[in-house]
Amino acid sequence: MKALVFITLKPGVLDPQGKAIHHALEGLGFAGVQDVRAGKLIELDLADGTSEADIEAMCRKLLANTVIENFRIERMESAPRPGSGQAPRPGSGQA
Amino acid sequence: MNSAVIVFPGSNCDRDIAVALEQVTGRAPAMVWHRDSELPAGTDFIALPGGFSYGDYLRSGAMAARAPIMRAVSEAAVRGVPVIGVCNGFQVLTEAGLLPGALMRNAGLSFVCRPVALTVENSQSLFTAAYRAGETVTFPVAHHDGNYQADEATLDRIEGEGRVAFRYAEPVNGSARSIAGILNDAGNVLGLMPHPERAIEPAHGGTDGRRLFEGLLEAVA
Repeated sequence: MKALVFITLKPGVLDPQGKAIHHALEGLGFAGVQDVRAGKLIELDLADGTSEADIEAMCRKLLANTVIENFRIERMESAPRPGSGQAPRPGSGQA
Repeated sequence: MNSAVIVFPGSNCDRDIAVALEQVTGRAPAMVWHRDSELPAGTDFIALPGGFSYGDYLRSGAMAARAPIMRAVSEAAVRGVPVIGVCNGFQVLTEAGLLPGALMRNAGLSFVCRPVALTVENSQSLFTAAYRAGETVTFPVAHHDGNYQADEATLDRIEGEGRVAFRYAEPVNGSARSIAGILNDAGNVLGLMPHPERAIEPAHGGTDGRRLFEGLLEAVA
């Protein structure tokens, strides 16, 4: 399975990089950009069955600095492997 | 004084602080590799040097704070052994949870590399006893992520407890309340962005940093 971890600066924490990106977008003539916040996306390839609690511990212990950052975990369960008996039949139309 | 300098891959001020310590204490520090799990027996001062440990991957200091040697550094800090973290070393101490707050990208986004004026806020600590409170000193800075931030309650607490050791006397990096260096609650851990070890002899352009190590030597020896 895979998990995506989105790391963003907490609201109220000044984001100089976001500000610089914002200015650059304006410099390119893009109007109407209200604000830009920059963050990180970390993609984890995990053993099937890795618990939510384990992923959260990874975020708290290393991936995010919770003094200044929030994190959000998005789990993506693996697609069943062909021949595992659980694979959808071709053409079944079922996801 | 038996000093230890922790060396991470990407440390680049480890030699600077080793030279400063040897000059002031008369004894060369042990250079301890990040993969080691123990400090030399009898270590009574630990320095985390400046640099770009692990290439600043993930966040400045984040990987170094989880290096094997840091367990021994934390245990020593809890026992009361004095620990200084300069520049990247300060970032490592915050990431390791030995000091509160975090060091973010400089507000001006530029790498800042020049001598800066600092005010000594607390002259009662192990590290600042050789300075006068309110004195202005000049240390060089060289950093990209020196913008100290913490929530208001934390800032109020460290201010109230006299744990701001040094404050910038001029605009440098956008740090909250111009904080340049802070102490832990027990007063034996100091983190600061400016480099006292680069202001040791006249050829450095100033010697204001020397007293930090002299004061410490007096306190520890």
